[in-house]
Amino acid sequence: MGNASSMLTQYDIEEVQEHCSYLFSQQEIVSLYERFCQLDRSAKGFVAEDEFLSIPEYSTNPLSQRLLRMVDGLNFKEFVSFLSTFSARASLQQKIEFIFKVYDIDGKGKVSFKDLVEVLRDLTGSSMSEKQREVLI
Amino acid sequence: RCTSDPRHHQFAGRTTTHCAQSHPLPHRQAFLGVIAVAVAPAGVGRWEEMASSLDAPNLDDYLTADSLPQEPPRSLTLRDLLDISPVLTEAAGAIVDDSFTRCFKSNSPEPWNWNIYLFPLWCLGVVIRYGLLFPLRFLTLILGWMAFFTAFFPVRFLMNGKNRLKSKIERKLVEMMCSVFVASWTGVIKYHGPRPSSRPYQVFVANHTSMIDFIILEQMTAFAVIMQKHPGWVGFIQKTILESVGCIWFNRNDLKDREVVGRKLRDHVQHPDNNPLLIFPEGTCVNNQYTVMFKKGAFELGCAVCPIAIKYNKIFVDAFWNSKKQSFTMHLVRLMTSWAVVCDVWFLEPQYLREGETAIEFTERVRDMIAARAGLKKVPWDGYLKHNRPSPKHTEEKQRMFAESVLRRLEEN
Repeated sequence: MGNASSMLTQYDIEEVQEHCSYLFSQQEIVSLYERFCQLDRSAKGFVAEDEFLSIPEYSTNPLSQRLLRMVDGLNFKEFVSFLSTFSARASLQQKIEFIFKVYDIDGKGKVSFKDLVEVLRDLTGSSMSEKQREVLI
Repeated sequence: RCTSDPRHHQFAGRTTTHCAQSHPLPHRQAFLGVIAVAVAPAGVGRWEEMASSLDAPNLDDYLTADSLPQEPPRSLTLRDLLDISPVLTEAAGAIVDDSFTRCFKSNSPEPWNWNIYLFPLWCLGVVIRYGLLFPLRFLTLILGWMAFFTAFFPVRFLMNGKNRLKSKIERKLVEMMCSVFVASWTGVIKYHGPRPSSRPYQVFVANHTSMIDFIILEQMTAFAVIMQKHPGWVGFIQKTILESVGCIWFNRNDLKDREVVGRKLRDHVQHPDNNPLLIFPEGTCVNNQYTVMFKKGAFELGCAVCPIAIKYNKIFVDAFWNSKKQSFTMHLVRLMTSWAVVCDVWFLEPQYLREGETAIEFTERVRDMIAARAGLKKVPWDGYLKHNRPSPKHTEEKQRMFAESVLRRLEEN
């Protein structure tokens, strides 16, 4: 793959940093860029769904499909912005908004009972019946 | 968009009140404890490893204030169900860095600090390597091949039957050819330990970095090996030459093949005339810094297992063959245009299945030995995940554990 950081200029790094509201340090952005290039094997500029799923740890995660819909096809700037929610420096508000977006996958602006059941279904799979889930919630 | 919705505030409000009541800062060990329940065993070690590497973002930073450890038993609240942050954090962690892709990362060489003295020296080095060494080596290789074929084909096709002499000559010729190969990349190989002896009821296992592992070992003793059939000139060599030392073919993608191959392996080790069998239980090439899980097929043959550890010195060349990025020909060219291939080969003590030990435990024990000797880190992933998705069983296992914990706490209310 070569020396990835040499392909990013200082302007690029600062632009990305600004886009993610300075939640990552410049060194972290360089590491993330290396990782992005590693995942994006055909150098398309974004990471495709099957490239995410080729990470075994990711594809065994129960919420991988939901997250895929949010993260598929993002370019590097948006990728960093997506991950910035997970930084310790991100505000609680931001994290809660993110969790909300994961629940409200079709972007209605509201989390319905159906959404809650669906997420619970992702988390429990076949180990819980539909009735049990509805009763639970 | 969502902030104006009163229901969202309610959603947010509920979470924040709970936060205020719980611990202000997550204790790292307790957090890892929570994750360890919900995650495959790989999870715990990896977090620590990643947090300690200076370049990668510190994983501790990914702990959200929400994902606090809860002591069991407690009454099940809606919050516990809704708080998916540990799962999300884990997914994001996998996106940022994961222990599987690390095994297949070719380390790009660090660029030197150039200055007026070093740069011309390096240029001179390039000229010598490509202009002088490469042609010489290539010539050696061609001459070696020609000598080999002129001796080999007559023996193979004209001498009849499977008599001892024929096998012996073929073996010596193959060993000689491998030595030529090794010379063509100026291999400096140090063998430690007793030379493998040719007797029945033993199988050799080694870690796998590139197809040249086979050539390096074959130079010392003619092993019979189990291999995947390759296309191109490699396939041609496999068919004509390796048949003579007794190789077993298999097809990675064919499931039924496994039984057939298992039987062939068992037959092979029992026959005293056959060459000693060499197996690479990882099933795929790994970058010589990690080892992936060993397949237990080699350890269930009911005979002695002799581990071999191979470690390449990266200063001279990175011998990892990234089969997705380069063809074998390009890989060989890269080796032939570097200064040398330096490696250590350790022949370790033969191991036997102990009383009350399962095949998997035996496999892991041998893997520990090889990893310790060659200084490799162990990774609990199956090498075939390079080509296939993990089976849904792992996800189902996680789902099951989560469902069970939830249902259990519901019953306790």
